[in-house]
Amino acid sequence: MLDNPQQTTFRRSASLSGLEPLRRLAPVIILVGLLALVPVLAEGLDQPFLIRVFTRMVVFAIAAVSLNIVLGVAGLVSLMHAALFGLGGYTVAILAEHGTTELLVLVPAAVLGSGLAAAAFGLIALRTAGAYFIMITLAFNQMFFYFFVALERYGGEEGLQVSTSLDVAGMALGGRTAIFYLCLAVLLAVLVAGTRLVDSRFGMVIRAAAGNDRRVSSVGIAPLSYRLAVFVIAGAIAGLAGALLVVSQTFISPAEMSWVRSGDLIVMVVLGGMATVWGPALGAVVFLLLELVLSALTIHWQLPFGIIIILLVLFLRDGLANLIGALRSGDGGRGHD
Amino acid sequence: MTESILQVVGLGKRFGGLQVTRDLSLDIRRHETHALIGPNGAGKTTFINQLHGGILPDAGTIRFDGVEITREPVHRRALLGVARSFQITSIVAGFTALQNVALAIQARQGHSFRFWKRADDDRRLQEPAMECLRLVNLGGRAHSMAAHLSHGDRRQLEIAIALAMEPKLLLLDEPMAGMGRDESQRLVQLLKSLKGRYTIVMVEHDMDAVFSLADRVSVLVRGSVIATGTPAEIGADPAVQAAYLGHQH
Repeated sequence: MLDNPQQTTFRRSASLSGLEPLRRLAPVIILVGLLALVPVLAEGLDQPFLIRVFTRMVVFAIAAVSLNIVLGVAGLVSLMHAALFGLGGYTVAILAEHGTTELLVLVPAAVLGSGLAAAAFGLIALRTAGAYFIMITLAFNQMFFYFFVALERYGGEEGLQVSTSLDVAGMALGGRTAIFYLCLAVLLAVLVAGTRLVDSRFGMVIRAAAGNDRRVSSVGIAPLSYRLAVFVIAGAIAGLAGALLVVSQTFISPAEMSWVRSGDLIVMVVLGGMATVWGPALGAVVFLLLELVLSALTIHWQLPFGIIIILLVLFLRDGLANLIGALRSGDGGRGHD
Repeated sequence: MTESILQVVGLGKRFGGLQVTRDLSLDIRRHETHALIGPNGAGKTTFINQLHGGILPDAGTIRFDGVEITREPVHRRALLGVARSFQITSIVAGFTALQNVALAIQARQGHSFRFWKRADDDRRLQEPAMECLRLVNLGGRAHSMAAHLSHGDRRQLEIAIALAMEPKLLLLDEPMAGMGRDESQRLVQLLKSLKGRYTIVMVEHDMDAVFSLADRVSVLVRGSVIATGTPAEIGADPAVQAAYLGHQH
């Protein structure tokens, strides 16, 4: 190999040609395309409840993709992602409780709220690293969790129901199929934007800082402001996912923002694979499908569920995305890492 | 040639009970290649770290190119033109050689809050980065993962990154460490080609390399400079022989 560097160079540059952006997006298009068939199949099989089930998967896929931008791309193990997700949901539910029904107001408010919370808490948490970062984000997550548990005015532990119907641009929001496609469109946008972000100059900086912080500051870039930006972007997207959760299931409870939920999101990310932007979306779908199927079979579903997750993570290094990438091209799964 | 670019005055640094830098003063002239030699534990790397900004001194001042940088953070010194290679090579292992260099190029082109355009397709990054790789003879390895490069190639890559920063001062911490004869010779050739165009401060144990590259040599012993001069002067200095070269007898 050392004798003939030309050959390696050639193969690499071939894969870096102008088709590269499309090649990077191919899995995204396939994944979203398959999900787009769900309402048709569900209606065809006369199982319309599946549309709700898959809407929830798509919402968690958005949350998992946003977490991976922090976890897989920037290398920050954040346990407060569920808090930012739940905060987005509560923003919508509480504003709806007070009579705001316009999604064009509710959703941006949720995104803004979670983004600001991510900025404020990220500014503190990002001054730590490693295990301390994990612990401080866990603590922040639980602060949010207990805050909403204690918030009796908005349901406390019981959660908050959205009892009014919501509108988009003054028109009534459609049924479950319309909501499903709304969520899927958001997932598609997040996946495309995430893919661009990872490959952009900004993405280069956060990936480099994840691998070698000292190298980044040595070339003249202060990593902290970039880490904060990525934390805010991911937090805002988590808030968006939380908002969509409430729009689709018209209900939010503190359970959606416990640290266990943060852990679930991490499992989805790892299961799907951290090396690609779309892997965690697949991870979220498979995670929730497994949960659905196993919980229908037995009430002790968590035991086989745990075992299956452990086996999948052990035997699929770099997750499901890597398995699919390997099937696709032989050397696929070559993501940003 | 005699104008100084870096003035270090009375630098001091203590780690617990250990005084690693002791009233260290040194002037570096613009475009000279200046070698720092001294026995193990003399504080050479600690001194380089204080120039680079990774360690802040307890006492003294560092002026670089007319600006006091004593307490400036690493990234700001980098933008002022201080570049370094590390004793243990520091590159982004998951990036290609080209991406490693492109990162340094983009740092010089203003902020990196650009979220949409693919960096790998950005000619303003790729072309100058490729240029730097060719300078260090790594053009053929541009698309290899940095983690897959040989030790010698990684050293060259680190120098390419430093050159991409358009530095005014190159700090090289034991650039020859761990290299075979051929690799060392290639690196000496490379450094010779850079000599005179950049100000270089290098820590090096390989005396052949030091004597063939350096315009001036400073000897560090227990955290202070005990002598500065041309290689010939240093070789003949009895105090230096006693303190350092004397170890060989």
